[in-house]
Amino acid sequence: MKRKHRRLAILTACAVGVGSAAALAFSALSSDMVYYLSPSQIAAKHPSVRRTFRLGGLVEAGSLKHETVNGQPVAVFKVTDLKGDVTVTYKGILPDLFREGQGVVTMGHMRPNGTFLATEVLAKHDANYMPKDVEQALIASGKWHPSEGAPPPAATWDMLNPRSLAKPKPVGT
Amino acid sequence: MDSAQPILGAARGKRWNWHKLANPGQFLRVSARFLLPLSIAGVLITAVGLVWGLWFSPADWQQGQTVRIMYIHVPSAWLAMSGYAGLAVCSVISLVWRHPLADIAAAEISPVGASFTALCLASGSLWGRPTWGTWWVWDARLTSVLVLFFLYLGHIALINAFDDRERGARAGAILALVGVINLPIIKFSVTWWNTLHQPASISLFSAPKMYVGMLAPLFVSALGYTLLFAAIVVSRTRSGIMERRVRGLLQARAERAA
Repeated sequence: MKRKHRRLAILTACAVGVGSAAALAFSALSSDMVYYLSPSQIAAKHPSVRRTFRLGGLVEAGSLKHETVNGQPVAVFKVTDLKGDVTVTYKGILPDLFREGQGVVTMGHMRPNGTFLATEVLAKHDANYMPKDVEQALIASGKWHPSEGAPPPAATWDMLNPRSLAKPKPVGT
Repeated sequence: MDSAQPILGAARGKRWNWHKLANPGQFLRVSARFLLPLSIAGVLITAVGLVWGLWFSPADWQQGQTVRIMYIHVPSAWLAMSGYAGLAVCSVISLVWRHPLADIAAAEISPVGASFTALCLASGSLWGRPTWGTWWVWDARLTSVLVLFFLYLGHIALINAFDDRERGARAGAILALVGVINLPIIKFSVTWWNTLHQPASISLFSAPKMYVGMLAPLFVSALGYTLLFAAIVVSRTRSGIMERRVRGLLQARAERAA
């Protein structure tokens, strides 16, 4: 066995060792590496009122209400993962991307009444990128509305002419 | 000491093979021919991609003009990761075959990779503020890219921490190879864990989740960044080889004089 072959063998053995050690460590850690909990995880885990954690999910369509408490604006909305939902109360400025149907990550704690009091609301961006005229065309044609959540896959509208898309489909086709 | 010496008696095989390029002298000759075209292509294609992306591509329906940061952020992220993969390949060659050129190239890749990672982190932070509402979060994607940045910095520091350059190169190569585990973590962080950062819009096995009019300038920018990265690394490697030669000559002269 040449020396360089021995070095290659040692290196391969080290790679297999370090790789499997890391894989084991991460599979053990994976449940603790979660950045936020979803509403159904909260329903299963019942986090304590004193524990501060992040709650993530979609802002449920039609659930956003702006209220005034002691003269201060308060946003109340439901965060859903389509399996469960949690009502969130937040006092402060919402990010630009915040809207119904949008993914959000909020930090705060549960209140005894089962609602979530948020101290921070961050908007999540999905993986979709779409020009404004396509959005307008999709809304005008009734194919999709922002409150429904993420836009339809790009492949379905990528090559369409926005003007032809905007025309409502004749009934019955 | 001077490992760049075997240059002179370069083997002149009839068949072209990659081992010839691993010879520093041969590398100097070959790279002299393609460095200028490579640099010009890199600058031009990057310029076309960025001008197209920053001025002539459509704004996003949701983010508006902010989406244009993508044309700077995404290619720098890709290059930060593929630069590290290049560093790892050099490290394997350096540890197993002991090619001096691999040591020089590894030493020259890491500052460039660190710069692209810094650009990725900075542009991402500027993008996160208006879209997410925060400059920084400790989610798996952002944290693992920060670790990549520290790995590059650690590699730079480690190879310069030894009086014996060869030992420094070997220690740096080991660090670089241990750090390879971070590459899949960065790539899959957004699928394995709940992160604030969104999953990939472009993947090998599914249709892109992006308008073609945005995808095209992004790919042009990425191609330009790649050529630019390669040009910078080749040019730095050339000067690294020449530096070693000069050092070797000066040392020989000092030894003769002594």
